[in-house]
Amino acid sequence: MSLAELICPAGTPAALRTAVDAGADAVYCGFQDATNARNFPGLNFTPDELAASVTYAHGKGAKVLLALNTYPPAGKVDLWRQAADTGARLGVDAFIVADMGVADYIARTHPGVRLHLSVQAAASSPEAIRYYCQNFGVKRVVLPRILTIPEIREIRKEIPCEIETFIFGNHGLMVEGRCSLTNYLTGQSTNMDGVCSPASDVEYKRHEDGSMSSQLAGFTIDCFGADEKAGYPTICKGRYTAPHRPEGYYAFEEPVSLNLSRLLPDLIDAGVHAFKIEGRQRSKSYVRGVVSAFRQAVDDIRAGREANIADLVALTEGQKQTQGAFETKKWR
Amino acid sequence: MAVSDMTKLTLGPIAYHWSAEARRDFYARIADEAPIDEVYLGEVICSKRAPFHEVDLPATIERLERGGKRVILSTLAEVMLKRERKATADLAAMDSPEIEINNAAGLFARGKRPHRIGPFMNAYNEATIAWMAGQGATHVCLPAEMPGPAIATAAATARDLGLGVEVQVFGRASLAVSARCYHARAHGRTKDNCQFVCEEDADGMPLRTTDDHPILRVNGIQTQSESYIDLLPEAGQMVAVGITHLRLMPQAVDMVAVATTFRELLNGGRNVAEAEATLRQTCDGISFSNGFYHSQAGYRRIAAAAAG
Repeated sequence: MSLAELICPAGTPAALRTAVDAGADAVYCGFQDATNARNFPGLNFTPDELAASVTYAHGKGAKVLLALNTYPPAGKVDLWRQAADTGARLGVDAFIVADMGVADYIARTHPGVRLHLSVQAAASSPEAIRYYCQNFGVKRVVLPRILTIPEIREIRKEIPCEIETFIFGNHGLMVEGRCSLTNYLTGQSTNMDGVCSPASDVEYKRHEDGSMSSQLAGFTIDCFGADEKAGYPTICKGRYTAPHRPEGYYAFEEPVSLNLSRLLPDLIDAGVHAFKIEGRQRSKSYVRGVVSAFRQAVDDIRAGREANIADLVALTEGQKQTQGAFETKKWR
Repeated sequence: MAVSDMTKLTLGPIAYHWSAEARRDFYARIADEAPIDEVYLGEVICSKRAPFHEVDLPATIERLERGGKRVILSTLAEVMLKRERKATADLAAMDSPEIEINNAAGLFARGKRPHRIGPFMNAYNEATIAWMAGQGATHVCLPAEMPGPAIATAAATARDLGLGVEVQVFGRASLAVSARCYHARAHGRTKDNCQFVCEEDADGMPLRTTDDHPILRVNGIQTQSESYIDLLPEAGQMVAVGITHLRLMPQAVDMVAVATTFRELLNGGRNVAEAEATLRQTCDGISFSNGFYHSQAGYRRIAAAAAG
C-alpha cells in the first residue's frame, strides 16, 4: 500500500500552521509574485514568513513544498532562479516545477532538493513523465486531472517516480499549463503571471428584473436568477450560447468542485503516493475542516478500518460536485 | 523597402476536422499557388480524426515538395491514450521529413535527434530554449500568448544558438486544450461517441456570451480565440529582432490570398496599410487581434500607430 500522504494548501502562514496542526503530511505554498500559479492578492509568503513556516512545519514533522510552477517569459528568468535559491536556502523539502528551464536550473544548482513535476507541466503519459525523470531527476509527478483510475494504475507501472493526484477542491477543465483563456480576456497570463480569472477584473451586475450577471473584464460569463447565488466568473465554468444551444449552456463544465472521497480507497490501491487538496485561496476554517476529515479517512484506510466517507462527501454538500475524469471515460 | 525577403512564411497544421477531399484540394492549391516556404502537416488536436486523412499524407507531402515547399510533420498536442502514444512514437522514429514536437512524450521518443519545437511545448524563455537546443531542437515556435519584449529576447537566444524561431502571425489562437471534447458536449455526446460532429465547423464552433457577444471558438478538445491573430503590422518589428519564420494558421478563408498578402509585405511590394486593407478584405466580417503581442488582453486590437 502507498504512503497516501496528504498534501495541503497554504495560502498564508496562518493557513500553513492550521494545515500542519490538522494533520497535513506536507503543505505547498508560493512566494508573493509570478513564480507560482496562485499569484493572487493577499496570498502567499515573504521569504521571512517562509523561513518561520519551514521551521514550524519541520518541528511538527511536516514537509514544505515550494511551488515555482509558472513559465517565466524570456527576460524574466532571474526572478524564478532567485526564488529557487531562496527556497533552497530556507530548507524547503521540494520544488514543484513546470518549466524545463527552471527544472534544469534547480537540478544543476540545488541537486540536493527534490523536484516534483507540477500539474502545470501537463505530463499525461508514461513517456512524458519519464522525460522529466530522466533529464531533471524528478521524484514525483502531479498528474493532470484527466485520467481514469485504470489509466493511473497503468501509468504507475511504467514510471520510476511517485504519483500525486488532486483529490478535492476547484476543478480546472483545461489541461493545466496550456490555458491562455484568462490572458485572452484580461491581459494577465495564467502561465506567465500565475493568474486565473483575476478578482480585479470581476464585476457583478444586477439587472432590473433582479437577475445578476457575473462578468470578467466586461464579458458576461454567467447569469443568475434573483434567488440564485451568483458564482465566480471563471471562464471555463461559464455559460455561453452556440448555434445548436441557443438557450445557453455550460459549454465546458458546470460550476462544480472535485471531490474524490468515494474513490480514495481505489486511488490508494492504484498506487497513488500522495493526495493533493486544492485551495490556497481558502480560509483557515476551510483548510482545518477539509484536512482533518481527509486525515481521519486516510488513517482509517491505512489501518484497515472502514473510512467514514460520508463526512468527506458532506464537505461539499449543497454544492455541485464531480468525480471528474477519474471515474469514467464518459466525462470526456 | 522590403521588410525581409529572407523571412520564411510557414503554414501551420490544419486545426479543424476538414474532410480528406477538402484537405487534398486545399494542399493542391497551396502547392501550386501560395508563396509559402514551409508547410506543417498532421493531426495535432484529436487522435480520432487522424485515420480520415493520414492515408493521403504521402501524396500530400510529395505534392507540396514538388511545389517547392519544405514539409514538416507535427505531433499531437495531447498524448494520453495508447493510440496517441503510438502515433507520437511512430512520428518520432522518422528520419524524414522533419518533425515538429508538441508534447513531451515526443521529446522522450525523439531522444537527441534533430526536431522542431511546436507552439504547445511552452518554450517561453531563453533558459528553456537553450535546454531544448541542447537536446536536439533546431527550431522553436513560440507560444501564441508571448508579448513582444519576450519574443525579442527569445529570438536573440535562438539566433545565438543557431535555431530557427517562429511566431504565429495569422489565424485563431489556441487558448486551451482539454481531455474533454466540447464539440461532442454541445451535441449531447461524449468524446467516445462523438460521431465527428466537429466536421460541421470548418472554422470552429462559435460561442457567444449570454448577452450575445462573440467570445470563443470550440474545435473538439481545443478552445480557440474568436478573433484571428493578425500581426501583419508587427511583422517588420519581429523580423528586425530576429524572428526567422512567420506562421499562418489555416482558416476557412482564401489562404492563398492571405499568404500572398504577407509575402508582398515581406518583399516590399506593398506597405503595411495596403497589405492590411487587403487582408481585411480577404477576411471579411472577421475580427482581428494583436493584444497578446502588445501585453494587453489577447482579443484587443491595438492600433498600428500605437504599435509604432
